[in-house]
Formats: sequence, structure tokens, C-alpha cells
Amino acid sequence: MSFIEIENLGKTFCSDADTVVALGQIDLKIEDGSFLGVMGPSGSGKSTFLSIMGGLCHPSEGKILVEEIDLYRLSSEKRADFRREYLGFVFQSFNLIPYLTAQENVMLPLAVKKIPVKQKKALANQVLERVGLSHRLTHLPNQLSGGEQERVAIARALVNSPPLILADEPTGSLDTATSQEIMGLFQELNEEGQTIIMVTHNDENRPYFDRTVILRDGNIAEDSNRRPKVVAQAG
Amino acid sequence: MKLETIAFNNLRRRKSRMAFLVVGLLIGVATVVTLVSLSNALTADIQHKMENFGANILLTPRSDTLSLSYGGITLGGVSIDSREIVQADLVKIHTIKNSRNISAVAPKVLGAVTVDNERVMLMGVELDKEFHLKKWWTINGEPAKTDHQLVVGNTAAAKLNLKIGSKLTISGELFEVTGILDKTGSQDDQLLIGSLPTAQRLLNKPGTVSLVEVAALCSDCPVSDMVNQIAEVLPNVEVRAIQQVVKTRMHALDQFRTFSLAIAAIVLLIGALVVFVTMMGSVNERTREIGIFRALGFRRGHVVRLILMESAAVSLLAGLLGYLVGMLATQAVLPFMAEHQVALHWSPVLAGLAMLLALLVGCAASFYPALHASRLDPTEALRAL
Repeated sequence: MSFIEIENLGKTFCSDADTVVALGQIDLKIEDGSFLGVMGPSGSGKSTFLSIMGGLCHPSEGKILVEEIDLYRLSSEKRADFRREYLGFVFQSFNLIPYLTAQENVMLPLAVKKIPVKQKKALANQVLERVGLSHRLTHLPNQLSGGEQERVAIARALVNSPPLILADEPTGSLDTATSQEIMGLFQELNEEGQTIIMVTHNDENRPYFDRTVILRDGNIAEDSNRRPKVVAQAG
Repeated sequence: MKLETIAFNNLRRRKSRMAFLVVGLLIGVATVVTLVSLSNALTADIQHKMENFGANILLTPRSDTLSLSYGGITLGGVSIDSREIVQADLVKIHTIKNSRNISAVAPKVLGAVTVDNERVMLMGVELDKEFHLKKWWTINGEPAKTDHQLVVGNTAAAKLNLKIGSKLTISGELFEVTGILDKTGSQDDQLLIGSLPTAQRLLNKPGTVSLVEVAALCSDCPVSDMVNQIAEVLPNVEVRAIQQVVKTRMHALDQFRTFSLAIAAIVLLIGALVVFVTMMGSVNERTREIGIFRALGFRRGHVVRLILMESAAVSLLAGLLGYLVGMLATQAVLPFMAEHQVALHWSPVLAGLAMLLALLVGCAASFYPALHASRLDPTEALRAL
């Protein structure tokens, strides 16, 4: 059994005028510890794929199993719990809350957890240190550079130690040098065993992935491994 | 980091929106507080008058004939019935069930005497009680204190050419005028007022009185019950309640209260609408933010709680400020509405009720916006701008 199993996944958007097939039939198995890049031109279904993976958008057909949990057989409130416990999101354009400090933004996924505030702070500080921002705890997002904001967003995704990180165009609004820095950070996290699925249309990010799936018109056009997984070899 | 932190930080950042919400609710709460405390103060004002000014129960000798007197005009020249009230019986008044509501029993004896060939009405009273009861009497000079001192009504003084310090003789006894009443416009202007025992002796009515005024303590004590109770212990006495004036006043106050509650309800409703529209706008503005919360694992219930927490904080603040503003407004308006100086009570209970009212209105008006927020599509957060 793989870490994630996607079977026969399809998504159709219906409107009065016409029907748009966003995803055709996707079958995919993703192993624990992989760094999967999902690429493709705009309109190829990347974002829809990520929304469905994140439990935010109900598929029209098929199913997704994460550690054997059938995501869309959970109630919507249970799926919220699933997101909190199993997923870390890194959104396009960071999506930090403007009136919360870096530390508070990182603590967001813990806000509804019943653990002492002291412990929440310790966890947040730990991941902020991991992404190299321990000196920026009390800064508001608008006092941080683009790269720093991205790091805060990554720290927020890491704070609840989720088995899976979903990243949506994380380098979309960064310059080349900062993009490389951020991709390097993702790679480091992956090498520490973190499973990551990243959606991007930027070819420069491709060398960082150990597996790349290219979508075209909602279907998998290419599925290639760049480097064999160390874990897989050992197995 | 808890939900509260998010709520408070959001309120802190959106200061102008919060101020708008607070003012919207504050006006409603302040209106309610003003009207409630105003009508309370006016009721207290009337009660105060009832307690201090004049009698509200009148005891006269029971008469078998119909009265031939109305508004001071007496037909047939006979106004004083031959029957009188026995003074010794009056102690029975203090044995009635509601005796603790009685603040004063003021007996008086009335009769005609001759002064310098003029017939004039002499009223014998218990001096201390009478001057205490008739607060509206303005006496030039001093109130009478001894048996041979008199206070003279304004018209009588003019007619008899009496001044403060004048001496006069009634039935061979010498009296001194210590005070003259300002014009009252009532029958009091025609009187000579002296002590009860002296008048009883001069009028040859020992141990009897012509009428008794009784002052009951408060506006809402059961005057009609007390009338019945007194009639029971004094079967030969006619007991009547004088409460028409007070009833009219209380009725007007009741109407004012109903009217003010209606106004307050309308103002509160407008306040609730302001909260509703503002919260709805706020939720729509925060679509993306709420999407992020949902994506990060907030349940719908968490989102509802977050929004309600914000409106609860705003409401409590508006309730407290509304109470303060309402009390200050009452303080400003009260002197124009109450005839008597009424102390305003800063009641913590009213403050608590004001905050509770604000909380209820604020949360009720925010409930739909909160529900709407919790139903927003979290994928909005993931879509590119």
C-alpha cells in the first residue's frame, strides 16, 4: 500500500452553458518521502488537482486514500480535522494573515488545538528557526521580504508536523535567487523525510523534484522519475 | 495563540470598522439606558412629592345630608355639620394593617370667631405637624409655636389689617401674630391658624376635631385599602382618598414609558441592522482569509466562533459605553423634566443589563454573517488573485 493512492480521479465543472472537464482519469501512487512536482501549462488541471488533494474540493469521481483514509468519505468537518493533522499548505502568494505576526501566523494551525499556549509558541519558534527566521518572530508580514514571507508560510505548513506538504506555486512571486533558496529549503526538508507535492509551471524548479507528473488537459501526459529514492533502494 | 488572539488582532487592525460597529450599537443601548433611567428618576420624583407634599386621605365627620358645597362655594350658609370627630379615636388609625405607610395624621378643628367685629374662620392645628405637612406654605415671619401665637392667611391679614407682631383679642384672650402666609390661592388665605387645644377651647369643642388629613408614605402603597381599613376602625367618619392628581401624573408617566420603550426598540433595531450590514461586509472582505483558516483545518464551528467572538467583544464595549453615554444624557436632561432635585443612581445592575442587551443584539445580528462565513468555499484561498 502506497502512502497516497489516487484512483480513477475525475473532476468536471458544470455550468449552464457547458461542461468543463478539469481532470480526466488520474491514477497515481505516491510513496512516503517523495518530492512530487505536478507541472503543466495553465488550464491543465494542476490547481484543481491540488484542491482535491487538500480535501477542499469534492471530486466528481474516483477516490483518494491517504494512509488508507478515504478522504472524501469523511464529513466536511472531519476533513477540516484531516487538513489540520495530515496536511501543511504552502499557498501561492504566501497567504499570510496581515494582522498577525510571523510567530502568530505560524501558530494558526495550532489555534484550535487544545495544547498550552507556551507549547504552541515553542513549536512555532522551533520551525521558524528551522527556516532561518528566529530573528523575525514579532514582525508583521508587511515588514518582511518576499522570501521571508515564503519562509513563514513554509514554517506554518510544518508546525503541526504533517505527513504531507502541499505547495501551490510557492516561487510564483519570487525572484530567481530567492526562488532557488526556497526550492533548496524544500529539498532539504524532503531529504529529512518530508513528503511534498508541489504544483508549479516553472521549469526551473523541475530539477529539485524526484518525480515529475506533467498534466495536459486534465490527464497525465508524462510521469518521470529523476532520481531513484534512497528509501526505495533500501526497500 | 487561540481563536481570541485572532479575533482581537483583527479588531485592532480594523479600527474604523470596529468604531462604526461600537457606535451603531452604542446609540441603541444609550437610548434604552436614557429612557429607562429617566422614567425611573421621574417615578422617584413623583414618589418623593407624594411622601413630602400634603395629605392623600381625608377624614371628615359622616354626614347624612348631601353636601351643599362645591369648589369653595357653599349654599345655605351651613358648612359645618353639627357632628364632629372625637379626637381620642384618632389613635385607632395607627392600629390599621398598613399603619407603617402612614407618615402623618394632622387633625384640625374649624370654627368662626369674631375679631374686631369681623367674622373669621379659626383653624386649630397641631402646629408642628401642620407646618411640616404643608410644605407649600410660605410663611413671612415665624410659624406659631405657643398657644397664644397665630399665623394669619394673606387675605385675612389684609382685611383685619394685621402685620407680623400685631396683637389681637379673641373672646377676651390676647394673641400675637408671628407670621403671615403668602397667597396660596386656596381657602387657607382666609384663615387664622392657631394651636389645636386653644381653638378647641375658644370654639367650645373640647376633645373633637372637624377634619383630619392623613399622609400615606408612598405613591404605590395601597391608598384605597388604607381608606377601607381606616373606615373600619372609625365607623362614624367619612374617609376619602385624594389621589386624582397623582393618578393623572402616574398615567402620563406610564404613557411616556411605553412610548420610550417603542422608540428604544426602533433605535436598537437600527443598531442591529448596522451590525448586520457591517459584519456582512467584513465577512465578504475576509473571504480569502476565512478560506485560509478553513484550509489550515479550522472547522465551520471555529469560523462561526471566531466571528461571534469579535462581535461579542465589540458588543460588550458598546454596552458599557452605551450605559455611560445614556447616564450622562439622563443627567443632562433630568433637570428640565423633574421639578424636584432627583439623585441619579449609577446602578451596576443597569450597567450589566445594558451590556447583556448589547451582547444579545450584537450576537443575534452577527449570527447570519458568521454562518455565511463558515459556508464560504475554502478553495477561494488557493486560487490565484
